[in-house]
Amino acid sequence: MFGSANRASKTDLTESVDRKRKTLGSKTLGRLRRGLSKSRERFVGGLERIFSRKEAGRDIWEELEELLISADLGAKITERLLEKLRRQLSSRELQSPDRVMSALREELLDVLGPSSKGLCVDGSPAVFLMLGVNGTGKTTTIGKLAWKFRQEGRRVLLAAADTFRAAASEQLEVWGRRVGADIIKHQPGADPSAVVYDAVSAAVARGADILLVDTAGRLHTKSNLIEELKKIKRVLGKVKPGLPQETLLVLDAYTGQNAIYQAREFHQQLELSGLVITKLDATAKAGALIGIVEEMGLPIKLIGVGEGIEDLQEFNPSAFVKALLEKENG
Amino acid sequence: MFEILTNKLQTVFKQLRGYGRLTEANIQEALREIKLALLDADVNYKVVKLLLQRVQEKAVGQEVLASLSPGQQVVKIVHQELVELLGQSYRKPRLASHPPTIFMLVGLQGSGKTTTAGKLARHYMSEGYRPGLVAADPYRPAAAKQLEVLAQELGIPCYSPLEGESPKDTCLRAVREAELQNFLIIDTAGRLHINQELMEELQGLKKALSPHQIMLVVDAMMGQEAVRVAEGFHNQVGIDGVVLTKQEGDARGGAAISIRAAIGRPIQFIGVGERLDALEPFHPERIASRILGMGDILSLVEKTEAMATEEEARVEQKKLRSGKFTLEDFLAQLRQLKKMGSLEQMLELLPAGLLPGKGKLAQIKGASLDERRLPRMEAIICSMTSAERRNYKIINGSRRLRIARGSGTSVQEVNQLLKNFAGMNKMFKSWPKQARNMGGRFRPFSGIFG
Repeated sequence: MFGSANRASKTDLTESVDRKRKTLGSKTLGRLRRGLSKSRERFVGGLERIFSRKEAGRDIWEELEELLISADLGAKITERLLEKLRRQLSSRELQSPDRVMSALREELLDVLGPSSKGLCVDGSPAVFLMLGVNGTGKTTTIGKLAWKFRQEGRRVLLAAADTFRAAASEQLEVWGRRVGADIIKHQPGADPSAVVYDAVSAAVARGADILLVDTAGRLHTKSNLIEELKKIKRVLGKVKPGLPQETLLVLDAYTGQNAIYQAREFHQQLELSGLVITKLDATAKAGALIGIVEEMGLPIKLIGVGEGIEDLQEFNPSAFVKALLEKENG
Repeated sequence: MFEILTNKLQTVFKQLRGYGRLTEANIQEALREIKLALLDADVNYKVVKLLLQRVQEKAVGQEVLASLSPGQQVVKIVHQELVELLGQSYRKPRLASHPPTIFMLVGLQGSGKTTTAGKLARHYMSEGYRPGLVAADPYRPAAAKQLEVLAQELGIPCYSPLEGESPKDTCLRAVREAELQNFLIIDTAGRLHINQELMEELQGLKKALSPHQIMLVVDAMMGQEAVRVAEGFHNQVGIDGVVLTKQEGDARGGAAISIRAAIGRPIQFIGVGERLDALEPFHPERIASRILGMGDILSLVEKTEAMATEEEARVEQKKLRSGKFTLEDFLAQLRQLKKMGSLEQMLELLPAGLLPGKGKLAQIKGASLDERRLPRMEAIICSMTSAERRNYKIINGSRRLRIARGSGTSVQEVNQLLKNFAGMNKMFKSWPKQARNMGGRFRPFSGIFG
């Protein structure tokens, strides 16, 4: 998706952006790795510790269980995964850390495998609706995403549909200035659907390629607030059938099992097209993803792996699992 | 999930009836259920293990009491252990003997520091302090602006970073300039516990300001990592207390237990909503009950207590029981409801067993709760004659039309309200005695859910 499309005129901004882009590609995997290295060290270190101790079989399973649960995979999934490994592998294979590791990796990949899917940017404009509970990083993700699209030379418009939180639109405005994207906003407390309506009209009139809609953080249990989001989505569909192209739930990598409830509720109410995982930059492992993808089959479209503006990447299942389970140079 | 833990245990223990004593062998399955439930609530793995060990030690050898089923008995032990792990009941944070008192809020990005700063300011305003807010976050776009808006809402000063000013300088300037303020709440930037540079910044702030409380703000939905995050902040900066945010969702808040176990610092407040008044002192008993799906009845009673006098409650309860609950009473309650805070917040406090039948509760929970409807309902009742309010049954078609016109609503809305009211009346008659008698002050707010 972040191909070499370069349609914008060579303004100062796009030039500097282009320069940065050249260095980005090679850095991408390294950055993900660096970001994940902390958790990987612990994970791999943990496994090695387990196996080097050569304890009785039962203890190995207990420690494997601890590792998976500590990665927020959840008790049920962990139990099922380990059960499966125990069934599949022969007793000799079970003695080999490498074999157990690769089997585990295969299992995780099996779940995540079908979950890579690029963003849909077709349409004029393509509208992305960003949703999530409070504090997961919706606005920051939009800022990074806008930057990414600007790099590709697309015209980006931002809609400040979070009219609730204090200074939410100011936060988005700063991002807009930073990346060179216009922003459509109303007064605090305004109807977010009205903002979105205006934003789509403006996007069409100005010939924007991408419209990113920032919504207020909503706990998934607040049905009246969820209704408000549904209305935004309805309004989009009415302005132009087929909008929004993407309805993305932004999840915080530090969230535990509650992430599953969030995804379930948002998906049920708002029919998600994919997930964005933020703060996957250091120690959080976001193992709850496994359960979400397995249950809902939602693709993970983007991951936030750092605080920098360029720290937003496409999700690559094998890189994700690999980075989690393998050694630095493996 | 915890709501069903007790039920599950009930099933597990059914076959144990007649055994007389709980043995190591026969509680194994129960322990497994407890383990799954605690892990599902994001209680740290190691803490769960420890807890199970203690539960087993306490449970084995106990006689199966006649009054309790073995399931309830084990849940009770788990509850006790949870309370113990969560620590003593609410202790007020230490304040300065010579003002100003300085609180510093720290935590990961998105944990809710800025909102919590506003809530804490409001809390201490209600205790007679004159707080000021300090924005020590020059990194996140518009973070200072967000704090300024909150301060404006509260009518208190906010000290924002000047161009190029470091967080430390901003804080020191705030301390210098705050003459009328005897309470400063410092909102620091969100940071990772492993970000050395930013942790050093916090250490610098601590050294320069000697805050009376350094509070770690943690998202109640946080997973297993909560322990390491808390340890990271505690080891590098030193934490005095914890604020748990976003507790109003369906987060079980297992993180609370993990953090408490990891750093041994009390959880002092919990955030239970987006409004600035949605901050409550932390009570381990209640959270433990909530975690186990037993409902937080104490908080509910306390809330309603603050709203009504003894006498009013007694009269109303009598009316309730006799079924002579009129629209006038209903109106009075609607008005109280507005004082009490969010409906969903109140619902959260209800124990599953209080309402008749699990289905009923699910039904009410599933119903759309819209606080914006309150003023409309109020208008509808206000447009009724007193005869109509006393006996809703006389409200026929033409009266409904008149009421709708008078209140600026529609006949459908009037119908809806009357239907709800009738249903509510019916429901109260079927309530278990214990619920109706509870403290003598239980309010039938749930009747307004459509």
